Amino acid sequence: MPASGPGCVAPRIVFRATFVFENDTMTTSAPVLVLEGITKRFGPLLANDEIDLALAPGEVVALLGENGAGKTTLMNILFGHYTADEGRVRVAAKGAGLRDLEPGSPHAALAAGIGMVHQHFTLAENLTGLENIVLGTEPVLRVFGGRRVAREKAERLMRDSGLHVDLDVRVSALTVGERQRVEILKALYRNVRVLVLDEPTAVLTPQEAEGLFAVLRRLAAQGLAVVFISHKLGEVLAVSNRIVVLRGGRNVGELETVAADRRAIAELMVGREVPRSRRAPLSPGAPVLELEAVDVAGADARRSLHQADLAVRAREIVGVAGVSGNGQAALAALIAGLTAPDAGEMRLNGRALDRHDPRDFVHAGVARVPEDRHHDGVVGAMTIAENVAIEDIRAPGFQRWGLLDFAAIRARAEAAIRDYDVRCPGPDAPARLLSGGNIQKLILARVLERDPRLILANQPTRGLDVGAQAEVHRRLLAARERGAGIVLISEDLDELFTLSDRIVVIHAGRLREAGRPEALDRGTVGLMMAGHGREDAA
Amino acid sequence: MIRLEARQSVPGWLRLASAAGAGLAALALVAIPIAAAGVDVLEAYALMAKGAFGSVFAASETLTRATPLILTGLAAAVAFRAKLWNIGAEGQLYAGALAAVAVGSGAISAPPAVMVPMVLAAGALAGALLMLGPALLKLRFGADEVVTTLLLNFVVLLFVQMMLEGPMKDPMGLGWPQSMPVTDEASLPKLMARTRLHAGLVIGLVLAVAVAVLLRRTVWGFEIRAVGENEAAARYAGIPVTATMVRVALISGGLAGLAGVGEVAGLKGYLTSDLSPGFGYAGIVVAMLAGLSPLGVIAAALFIAGVFVGADSMSRATGVSNYLADLVVAMSLLCVLVGGFLTRFRIRLKRGR
Repeated sequence: MPASGPGCVAPRIVFRATFVFENDTMTTSAPVLVLEGITKRFGPLLANDEIDLALAPGEVVALLGENGAGKTTLMNILFGHYTADEGRVRVAAKGAGLRDLEPGSPHAALAAGIGMVHQHFTLAENLTGLENIVLGTEPVLRVFGGRRVAREKAERLMRDSGLHVDLDVRVSALTVGERQRVEILKALYRNVRVLVLDEPTAVLTPQEAEGLFAVLRRLAAQGLAVVFISHKLGEVLAVSNRIVVLRGGRNVGELETVAADRRAIAELMVGREVPRSRRAPLSPGAPVLELEAVDVAGADARRSLHQADLAVRAREIVGVAGVSGNGQAALAALIAGLTAPDAGEMRLNGRALDRHDPRDFVHAGVARVPEDRHHDGVVGAMTIAENVAIEDIRAPGFQRWGLLDFAAIRARAEAAIRDYDVRCPGPDAPARLLSGGNIQKLILARVLERDPRLILANQPTRGLDVGAQAEVHRRLLAARERGAGIVLISEDLDELFTLSDRIVVIHAGRLREAGRPEALDRGTVGLMMAGHGREDAA
Repeated sequence: MIRLEARQSVPGWLRLASAAGAGLAALALVAIPIAAAGVDVLEAYALMAKGAFGSVFAASETLTRATPLILTGLAAAVAFRAKLWNIGAEGQLYAGALAAVAVGSGAISAPPAVMVPMVLAAGALAGALLMLGPALLKLRFGADEVVTTLLLNFVVLLFVQMMLEGPMKDPMGLGWPQSMPVTDEASLPKLMARTRLHAGLVIGLVLAVAVAVLLRRTVWGFEIRAVGENEAAARYAGIPVTATMVRVALISGGLAGLAGVGEVAGLKGYLTSDLSPGFGYAGIVVAMLAGLSPLGVIAAALFIAGVFVGADSMSRATGVSNYLADLVVAMSLLCVLVGGFLTRFRIRLKRGR
């Protein structure tokens, strides 16, 4: 990514006792950055429509909006990845007043003190944290002497900001949360005055997110201006001073966080009333999935299960809570049919399985919603119709004598697009053109249409906007009412508490029953996620 | 300043234009050494075009040259679609030729209606089996098939040389390392009197259509495309990745093997160790020029064959070395890669900075 590639950064190191913005702008509330009338079109799509935004030092502005509302486009213009068709970006000049920022140049943006932390990190995995932080700021010829000074500066930044990382560990060995800290330190190291974070909590556990918010508040108190892009209302309310709502590329509302009402913002964001998910009381039926003392020996502890017991009955949603990397991947792979248990017994619909193969699981009535929908869910280069049919491509309805029946495949896709409201140019468009929410709708259409008996929903709403989330919840609840048993693996506690009939907690590859959400509080679940027993937690 | 912006999708006309543009750009670049050799560039290219397509005989020579290129081009295209990087078409071609000679030079005698299909089957099978090994090594141990298939080419060529010096040497060959000739019953029929055009061309054209249908319209083709475009998602969706890869390997190797059959049983009549001037490698260029489209392979093979045949004739008339043909082929591959890049991105020219 060009944002932090070595070529984008001025090859100089500026050493100051503290952040550069403290001296320059702390005393005044003059804006450090102003966007004026930013308009950007992609073909017929108006991604940004006359957006104005001003940022003062020391404030955290949340840029809130659904997927496709234009948040990321706006920030990419700010950072020089895109050039605006109209409008201009102005930054605080050295002395006083504002100057135009050269458009289309990440280099100029960085030099003006704008730092960006992307949703997908831009770190070199084979280098240590410190090496990543200084990468691109070091002059080519001075490799040795500078390192000690650089380390001192990085350590000072860690103290000032509260971001703690082991600087000498290779990034590949760091957790996602730690990598994000390296990204932020990398920006701070370049003396940024404005820090843009694009969906920073999408990859974090609730605890890590809390930690990040504390850091952002601290950085803002030291005078940094922070832009926090998100579509999660809760965290926006927790961290920001001011909320700017984008919808359809327009700025549709701007309000002080203290005066904000959760429901009103949600509706501003979506442009209509947000349906509330309600779980009707149902009595569960026969077990559809049973695990008894199942062991899965994965490549590492994050992908292993130990003595896992789990029973999921028809008309029941079992929520699996846990900090990411505690064996969720192993559990999901097991239920998806990708791996077989190394020990213990697994039964689907009361029967033991001879083969653990995704195709057999599909035939046995298992609907599988993968965690990484771009990577495992769709073949981006193939059409939407082909992606809807992919699990059933050998079924008699879609082929005869090995020849594909395009009319049937297309008809199924058209029904899916209509019934699941997949926003797309048509069934013959490549699936990679779809947004995350629409890919998820496509996957739901593919797996739910068969009236599955067991559904694996692995992080089904991660990265989705409010509207798409509500849609996914509605679909899962409807499937439950039709008699499916559902395993819901999620890092979103709100989601687990709203949807689950029962919550189990996964920690270090072990599953433990937490109980019914009505009888649970988040603190208990949080402690169990950290490895405490049900008894000490309660 | 030049900026690149990713295109959302690449329209079909642009792909075609990109391939045609790459061919033309290669010719334009090769004009530089032609001019440096002191020859009028336009005249040289006119002589080349005339040599390749200027008469019935010239066109027949080009088509004869295109025949193995269509088959090796298809072999590369179908494998590359599944991201199976088969660089071993050259070796598979020789394996196919060796098998054709083993079956067709008198060991068995039967009427042509039996012999010709048998020779074709033997060649295809030999090529397919040769590709099976690297595919299984890749699937089982993760061995890089680029390395294994490439190195196998040399193994096969040395094996062919050994056979031609030893067990398969023609006793009537005046000491030359060549195989016994393919019998008349086992030879592919000629298509036109007084030309070297043979039925291998028809086989190539039919197979190009067949591979196009396979990829576009069949369950196997669907699975090949899915595995090639996103193996993880294909596996998750229950597509048998291993079986698909093995299938692709067999088809690809078999197509290259057939190219070898055509060269011995259709054209030369016997096997020597210089049967192929790199048809297997040129097939990769053909496939890339064709954008991995099976029907595009036909056009790309004609272009490359035309360059080879035309360059020979131009070389005779002007004295410029016919190595220029290799230069055009190599430049075409580079230009195709650049062209592919330029079609995926939109170029924006900007003033300032």
